[in-house]
Amino acid sequence: MTMRHELILASLVLIVLIIDLNLKISQKSRIIPITIILFFIHTVIGFLPAQTGILFGGMYHTDGLTILMKNILNVGVLIILMQSVNWLQKEENKEKISEFFILLLSTLTGMNFMISSGDFLMLYLGLELATIPMAALAAFTHHQTRSAEAGIKLILSSALSSGILLFGLSLIYGSTGSIYFDTVGELYSNTPLQVMAFIFFFTGMAFKISLVPFHLWTADVYEGSPVNVTSYFSVISKGASVFILIMVMFTVFHSIAYLWKDILYLIAVMTMTIGNLFALRQKNMKRFLAFSSIAQAGFLLLGILGGNKIGMTATVYFVLVYIFSNLGAFGVVSAISAKTGKESMDDYDGLYATNPKLTLLMMLSVFSLAGIPPVAGFFGKFFLFTSAASGGYYWLVFIAVLNATISLYYYLLVVKAMFINKSETPIAFFKNDMITRLSLFICAIGIFILGFWSQVYEFIDSLTFAIVN
Amino acid sequence: MNILSLFVLIPVLTIVAILFTNNMKQTRIVSAIGMGIQLVLAGILVYLYLAERNAGNTAAMLFYYDAVWFPTLNIHYTVGVDGISVAMIALTAIVVFAGIFASWMVDFLYREFFISLILLSSGVFGFFISLDLFTMFLFYEVAVIPMYLLIGIWGSGPKEYSAMKLTLMLMAGSALLFVAILGIYFYSAPAGSTLTFNLLEIAKNSIPIEMQRFLFPFAFVGFGILGALFPFHTWSPDGHASAPTAVSMLHAGVLMKLGGYGAFRVAIYLMPEAAHEQAWIFIILTAISVVYGAFGAIVQKDLKYINAYSSVSHCGLVLFAILMMNQTAMNGAIIQMISHGLMTALFFALIGMIYGRTHTRMINEMGGLMKVIPFLGVVYVIAGLASLGLPGLSGFVAEMTIFVGSYQHTDTFHRVATIVATSSIVITAVYILRVVGILLMGPIKNDHFLHLTDAVWYERLSTLTLLLSIAAIGMAPLWLSDMINFSLGPILEKINGVTIAVLF
Repeated sequence: MTMRHELILASLVLIVLIIDLNLKISQKSRIIPITIILFFIHTVIGFLPAQTGILFGGMYHTDGLTILMKNILNVGVLIILMQSVNWLQKEENKEKISEFFILLLSTLTGMNFMISSGDFLMLYLGLELATIPMAALAAFTHHQTRSAEAGIKLILSSALSSGILLFGLSLIYGSTGSIYFDTVGELYSNTPLQVMAFIFFFTGMAFKISLVPFHLWTADVYEGSPVNVTSYFSVISKGASVFILIMVMFTVFHSIAYLWKDILYLIAVMTMTIGNLFALRQKNMKRFLAFSSIAQAGFLLLGILGGNKIGMTATVYFVLVYIFSNLGAFGVVSAISAKTGKESMDDYDGLYATNPKLTLLMMLSVFSLAGIPPVAGFFGKFFLFTSAASGGYYWLVFIAVLNATISLYYYLLVVKAMFINKSETPIAFFKNDMITRLSLFICAIGIFILGFWSQVYEFIDSLTFAIVN
Repeated sequence: MNILSLFVLIPVLTIVAILFTNNMKQTRIVSAIGMGIQLVLAGILVYLYLAERNAGNTAAMLFYYDAVWFPTLNIHYTVGVDGISVAMIALTAIVVFAGIFASWMVDFLYREFFISLILLSSGVFGFFISLDLFTMFLFYEVAVIPMYLLIGIWGSGPKEYSAMKLTLMLMAGSALLFVAILGIYFYSAPAGSTLTFNLLEIAKNSIPIEMQRFLFPFAFVGFGILGALFPFHTWSPDGHASAPTAVSMLHAGVLMKLGGYGAFRVAIYLMPEAAHEQAWIFIILTAISVVYGAFGAIVQKDLKYINAYSSVSHCGLVLFAILMMNQTAMNGAIIQMISHGLMTALFFALIGMIYGRTHTRMINEMGGLMKVIPFLGVVYVIAGLASLGLPGLSGFVAEMTIFVGSYQHTDTFHRVATIVATSSIVITAVYILRVVGILLMGPIKNDHFLHLTDAVWYERLSTLTLLLSIAAIGMAPLWLSDMINFSLGPILEKINGVTIAVLF
């Protein structure tokens, strides 16, 4: 089956819906283990050898690389599902559990279609399928005004950016006569209309990745949404958008590479710097991680900038490492938030004395995000900067590494709060349930192993390609 | 298993063993045994190395081991040592061993303390054995991060501020270094051949001069920040003063030497042409370090700050000598690295012991301690004499060699710089003798001090280990000097066997 991922996901959505219709209100939480086990099976099936090929006349294509990207996202979603169990079982959410799963899996289906797209229409379809349920997810706890506000902000900004993207796509069709990636790629040149079309397309995608200056929705939406939805945004949505962006940039827009490299240079510098500067002052952990993820998106641009094979490998690898690091941090935030409702960095003071294992995982995740050896984040950043240097962008690498040092400052603030600051009322010791601990354990293993086990990087490298010429 | 990889494996195993200990006594014993094994291993390495050399092995690097790690980027795990690395490994082993005993009484989160300390040392060992730039850089960064926790949790004074300043400045140094390493990598082979991170392979080729001019400052300053290059030394006084004893010992004694070692092993060795061209800038800066550090030490009233500024001065001297790029001066530089490493570790250990008794580090609150704690007093005097370069102790050998080597340059610039740097001997004598006078001689200022206990067994073990090493180098430096000289051969061939345009 060529469309294996999407078909299984779509069936999963239907299965969850049907089972939920048959459950009484008091039994609603039974859907949780069913969904997680089914999704785990889906993830495992994803790794089995698959048929590659092209469907629907070129609209849909899969090959080793797209399957790898979908598998990476699956692993991330599996961890997020495990981390959300705690929160879903709370009183206020008990009746909406299956809605959460259905919405989440629908957006994942959309992202899968987006990654496998062979033309712009499929890309747009996948993009919209991914975006609209996300707005509903953001507003999941709609009786809290913050959450409802997050949902509205997300849907309005998404609508605007999707509109701009669609306008760009219409100009691309108008000027080249085709929407298929291969054909457009051959016909594209640097006429003013096509350059403008590219800019509109890039704007739409940049919004999804939260690049500066299209990042203004990020902090409020991340802060207002429930923690697990935020972790989904910051990791899966961003990761999928980066995947599709780099594939489209390398295959379709390769002929104007000399133009977009300059644009990316500028945006990368702005994104890293502004993300870092704003993160310095944040106290709310969700906002803090939102700005840190904006800065990380800036780093990701360095991989795209090089335009070479090592760039794409480094980007895919960095997203994988970033998933584990960020979900480790979000997992701790989520566990603490579900137990105590506290989300401010000041509440984390003296955490090591009461919850040492959570603290250690947070420290590992934060060091991985900062790029400190020996955890995987160091390798991810190293390879990403190597790819930029191979394109000759030494000053950009210097700015990026300086930004990494600045980011270390605010990551160390978290470490400082947990280890060094003393508190009269630290968060009391609590034991997490099995599934949360399993998810945190998986994150910890991933953070350690992904760096040293060079097979992961080498495998990704066997599938990637350089910018088409 | 390659003997060199054991130097990284043993600390890791010690850390794992510490996780299973239940109380303070077990943790200390496990740490002491682990680092004791490390010390014995270092001794075995020195012996084996000398045996190999005597048997006629003239390879540049001995105990070479190479394993591919990331084939597509040509990153390998490559280890190997020459005489200089062996000496540095021995230094590290001695200082870490002494440091464990100097921290015998740490009781707050003691397991985490020893784990962080040993993790730090594993990074340092890994750096000295690595021959692949990626692996070197990895270990270099491993050696920076535990400092934040060590100073921030177990330090004193403005510890959070000092810890943050130290960590961020050293990471900024890593940032510069990162750019340099990437630049070297992409020019490591002539166009068309495979790029490599291997130090020896890169040294066989020549990096284009334009890239060298761009990359050399990045590499030298990157390492120099760790090696207390003026004006990037400002992390050092606060960092060392706020750190707990063993951490200061390890940091000033060993970590700052990473800077000097890296400066010549990577910056100067791989980019000799640019080094010759740009050396004059850095000679001026390092000469300022030497003198400024010494003057800074004179005005301090806190024992730890005095020693921290003294470290800035002596480490500046190491960089100064390396920049001279001739046999004698570089030989002196490496002896100075080892000598100062031992000395400053000894000083910080003593200061920690004195502070533990008098609960003050301000010199004018103490006096006449020689009557009350004679063992510590005598060791302090000998350490002071080593620091100001008394013949018979290692400081003299190092400084003498450096200044003779530097003066061998016949042009005015180098000679003036040498004279300026030599003046530090006098300034060093001022602050050393002044402190010895105020601290140890004279009337006892505080009656509480009349009842101080002298050094206990673990303190004696710690200080005597270091003191005997200092004396050994001071009185019989030939074995060390020969070991270094032989390994300097290929390096100097590369550095000076080139035609360059020298500015001065």
